[in-house]
Amino acid sequence: MTTANRRIDLTVNGRARSIEVAPHHTLLEVLRDDLGLRGTKECCLVGECGACTVLVDAVSVDSCLMLAVEAHGATVTTVEGLATGDRLHPLQQAFLDTGAAQCGFCIPGQLISATALLELNPHPTRADVEEGLAGNLCRCAGYEQIIEAVLAAAVAGDAQR
Amino acid sequence: MRAFSYERPGHLDDAVALLAEHGPEARPLAGGTDLIIRLRDGSIRPQIVVDVKGIAELDWEIREADDHLRIGALTVMTDIAADERIRRDYQALAEAAAVVGAVQIRNRATLAGNICNASPAADTAPALLVYGATVVATGPTGARRIPMDEFFIRSGVTTLARGEIVTAIELPRPAGRRGAVHLRRTRRRGHDLASVTLTVAVHDDGVTNLAFGSLGPRAILVADDTGLLADPAAPDAAKVERLETLFAAASPSARSMRASPEYRLAMLRVLGLRAVGTAIRRLAEGPVQ
Repeated sequence: MTTANRRIDLTVNGRARSIEVAPHHTLLEVLRDDLGLRGTKECCLVGECGACTVLVDAVSVDSCLMLAVEAHGATVTTVEGLATGDRLHPLQQAFLDTGAAQCGFCIPGQLISATALLELNPHPTRADVEEGLAGNLCRCAGYEQIIEAVLAAAVAGDAQR
Repeated sequence: MRAFSYERPGHLDDAVALLAEHGPEARPLAGGTDLIIRLRDGSIRPQIVVDVKGIAELDWEIREADDHLRIGALTVMTDIAADERIRRDYQALAEAAAVVGAVQIRNRATLAGNICNASPAADTAPALLVYGATVVATGPTGARRIPMDEFFIRSGVTTLARGEIVTAIELPRPAGRRGAVHLRRTRRRGHDLASVTLTVAVHDDGVTNLAFGSLGPRAILVADDTGLLADPAAPDAAKVERLETLFAAASPSARSMRASPEYRLAMLRVLGLRAVGTAIRRLAEGPVQ
C-alpha cells in the first residue's frame, strides 16, 4: 500500500507516452501539468461543464472525473490532436467559419464532444446535437453558432466522402 | 485531492479482501463520476481506492439468462440506454439511464455505481425497484442476492456488508404485458440532478407499480392493486386521490437546495398522473415494456 507515483503507458494524440503519475492526480491534471497540453480546460471539476472533455479510447469523458492511473493502456485524444499538421479538423474549420468561438474557453470541450457525436452519428439532427453537447456549457451562450457549426461540419463531412 | 493508495486487483477475492480489511478506509472505484467529486471536495478521505475495473470476474455485458436479464457490474449508462432488449422490455430503465448526467458522465457511470452511491436522487433507483431487480454481491462470506427494495437505506448507505462488491444486477423477465415510463423534474433543461424522479409500470392484470425518488432518504416502492390507476376509463380525480395515498411516505428534505418540499410534493402529484397516463398508453400500444 503506497501513495507513491506509478508509471502509466498511454497514447496521447497518436504519440506513445510513459510517465510517472501520482495516484490522486486526475487525467486532466496530468494532461495539462505533466504533458503540457493546456487546450483541455479545468473549470467546474464536478462533471457539469464539459470544459475538460477528452476522448479516451474514442469515448468522450470528463477528464476531471478520471484518475490518470485509470488511463493506463488507453488512447487519449485532446483538442491538440484534432488538426493534422496545418490542416484543421473539419469541425474546427466549421467553428471558425460560423464564428462559434466567442471567448473560446469552452471550445476545446465542445470540439471533442462534437467529434465523438459525429463519429457515432454522422448525420445528426439539431436535437441530436443539442443532446450530444448537453454536457458542454458555454457561458458566452454561443450555443446557436456552435450547433450550426456541428451541423455544417456534418454536411462538409458528407461532401468529402 | 488528498493522496491515497491506488489498487487495481485482478480478481474478485483480492478486491473483497482489500475492502474487508480496510473497511471505511477503502473505497471502490468503478466509473468514478461520484467518487472523484467526493475525493476532491474532501467529504471522503479513504487511504485506499480500489479500482474494480481490473477484476477478471466483472464485466460490462448485458446477458440474457433463463429467467432474467443480467447487467454486469461494469456496464455503463450509455450502453444500458442503447440496449435493444432493455429498451423493449425495461423501457423505463433505458429512459432513466439516458438522463443520468450528460454524454460524458453516461460513458463512465455504471449502473452498479449508481445504486451503491445510493443517492436519493439516483435516476435508475425507481426503475430498478419497479422492475423488481435483484442485486448480486460477493463478500467475505460468499455470494448473495439482495432484492432491490432491501438494498437502499439512505444517501450513501446500503445493506452491503463490509467487503461486499456488487457483481451484477438482474432484471426478472416480464411476467405479462406492461407499459412503463420514467419521469423526472429538474431545475433546468439539459442535464441536472432531479428534484423528483418517478417510475410507473401498469400491468395487464391491473396492478400498477410506482417508485419515487428524491423525496426522502431513499427511493420508495408502492403498488396499487385495486385496478384503479390501470383503468383507462377511471376519472383523473379518483386517480389523483389514489396517488395521494400511495405517495404518503414521501418526505422531502427542507434543507435541499434544489427544490422546496412543497414544490417536490406538488410535482410528484403532477408527474404521477402524467406517468400513469403514459404507461396506460404504452401498455395499449406496445408489445411488452
